Amino acid sequence: MNFKAMTALAGALALSAGLANADADEDTLTINGEIEIVTRTAAPDHVDGLSEVISGWHFRADETQALEMDDFDNPGMLGVEAAMEVWETAEGSEGKACADCHESVEETMKGVRAVYPKYNEAAGEVQTLEMVINDCRTERMGAEAWNYTGADITNMVALISSVSRGMPVNVAIDGPAAEMWEQGKELYYTRTGQLELSCANCHEDNYGNMIRADHLSQGQINGFPTYRLKNAKLNSVHARFKGCVRDTRAETYAPGSPEFVALELYVASRGNGLSVEGPSVRN
Amino acid sequence: MAEGVKPRVKVPKKAAAGDTITIKTLISHKMESGQRKGKDGNLVPRSIINRFTAEFNGTPVIDVTMEPAISTNPYVEFEAVVPEEGEFKFTWYDDDGSVYDTAKKIAIG
Repeated sequence: MNFKAMTALAGALALSAGLANADADEDTLTINGEIEIVTRTAAPDHVDGLSEVISGWHFRADETQALEMDDFDNPGMLGVEAAMEVWETAEGSEGKACADCHESVEETMKGVRAVYPKYNEAAGEVQTLEMVINDCRTERMGAEAWNYTGADITNMVALISSVSRGMPVNVAIDGPAAEMWEQGKELYYTRTGQLELSCANCHEDNYGNMIRADHLSQGQINGFPTYRLKNAKLNSVHARFKGCVRDTRAETYAPGSPEFVALELYVASRGNGLSVEGPSVRN
Repeated sequence: MAEGVKPRVKVPKKAAAGDTITIKTLISHKMESGQRKGKDGNLVPRSIINRFTAEFNGTPVIDVTMEPAISTNPYVEFEAVVPEEGEFKFTWYDDDGSVYDTAKKIAIG
């Protein structure tokens, strides 16, 4: 009995020591010495469970954080460069490149990442950047749609994100997007899988804590697409959602499905006020 | 020639004579280790950058033998002393015999 109490106490001590080290750190993020990134700010009013929203950058080790502070060191910028070539290359039956309509990505795409997912009047639905890119490819270029989580499209999203870095995420949740936002919120708080975990169980109730060897962040998506050191490539939001839902041991929704679009809208809105950070670097 | 290979280097544009400068280099390369199996169950043949060298005005600065355990897009950062103005030449050697190189000038001042 005594022995049991002792181990329980030791366990509690070890746990609290772990917690103390695992909190979000106090570093500040400036990219290339010029783009200042807001990585902590007051939570938007529509987020009940958080008082402060914190970028996932704060939950990573100093070495990983440093990779994002200079574009040369950021491996995600390789994807951006690759997409820059695609931007200028004509493709499809219309013989058009992105640049033929949208010209310079730095000018025309500035601020775009910050407001997506967004309700599209013509399509009558909430669209993610991936959906818009694929619409452009099939409707205007006469090219084939890209795989929703493939390297081509994720690189393109990274390129479009990169020109908005430093601008605050500002996703609209009212008007025609409200219905889908509610659906996304519902999904966020619904427990799934054999482990019966909702997004909120880890990313709202336990951010900053360790889940075995993993350091839980708030699950903010302002830094997507994210270059992950574990798989050495850029990862899209839906690919990450899929991985997370899978880890609850559930059957996942498909990337690009209405459920994930709703969830992306909701999760993006939880980061309203943080800076666009993609392509970010995480482990 | 492997696909999508592109060397990149970052060298300060100028330095004082005798200064130690930091040089960053990266080459995009898939660095296939030769140990993985493809979808058909067969080994994917090894294809890596096996050697990296840097020279300054013809003098060797660094010569690295690279092995299959090095991950995608190998990044090498090192320091060098710049005695005079001149040119750094960087060379990467691919398993398939391709050689990629790039050069950067540095001024004194």
